[in-house]
Amino acid sequence: MKALLALLLCLIAAPVAAQTALPPAPWANRQLPDPAQEKRARALMETIRCLTCQSQSVADSDASMAGDMRSEIRRRIAAGEKPKAIRAWLISRYGDWVSYEPTAAPILWPLWGAPILLLIVGVLLLRRRIGKGR
Amino acid sequence: MKRPLLLWVPLVAFVAVLLLFAGRLANPDDRVVQSRLIGQALPVFDLPAAASDRPALRSTDIGGGKPRLVNIFASWCLPCAAEAPQLMALRRAGVEIDGIAIRDARADVDAFLKKHGNPYTRIGLDARSTVQMALGSSGVPETFVIDGRGKIAHQHIGDIRADDVPKVLKQLEAAR
Repeated sequence: MKALLALLLCLIAAPVAAQTALPPAPWANRQLPDPAQEKRARALMETIRCLTCQSQSVADSDASMAGDMRSEIRRRIAAGEKPKAIRAWLISRYGDWVSYEPTAAPILWPLWGAPILLLIVGVLLLRRRIGKGR
Repeated sequence: MKRPLLLWVPLVAFVAVLLLFAGRLANPDDRVVQSRLIGQALPVFDLPAAASDRPALRSTDIGGGKPRLVNIFASWCLPCAAEAPQLMALRRAGVEIDGIAIRDARADVDAFLKKHGNPYTRIGLDARSTVQMALGSSGVPETFVIDGRGKIAHQHIGDIRADDVPKVLKQLEAAR
């Protein structure tokens, strides 16, 4: 019984140990008073990758670092910084990796080219079909 | 004659995709995010003191002609406790180490240093990870080798293990 109780207490203690003592950053979970600014901050946060939970955006993640990143983004937006500049600042620290927004880098050319290529193939197929029908 | 050959295309494509998947599963992505600031000057920062018996940390304190380590740590981080003996060994070898405590509180840092030893010359408190972001660091612990002119020479991601110590010493020697 005692051992079971100790085990249960350990289960409670583990998440406690994993949390930091500090309350979340000022703008981590609070919206900016100006709705237009909040909208811009939100749009940016949704395309910035969380460094701890690597397949989530900082808007989605509950990690402490994501909270700090949200707070930093909101603070900068409130200070009048452009979302583009904030993204560039983050990329200069962490590389393209941190941004979900596709760039024009050569490695992404197939991504941009694929729709055009598929459209051309489609038009060619259609022309052959229509041509046969006559 | 042409048609039977065309029939093989889907199977070949399927096998190709299968091989691609198997290959990626066998060699998963490298999830470590290297800082883009290596080779560049240390960003400017000014942090308050994180511990009771060590001074605060300013970027201008670093780079006075001698290479040193800047260790990103936190009292709540377990690998940081595992790394402490190696940092103490580096300190004994004469290495100057400055600390940046992430999302921490003074009482917690004091308790951590009392328990695991204090290899730091100065310790700055980065309560909101802003300096961590400015450094391109994505977690704790991480250690930056800073050369004598204040340039970031290397970044060690994760805890410094016992067999990493000679490598770190060599990097410090090269950063002179």
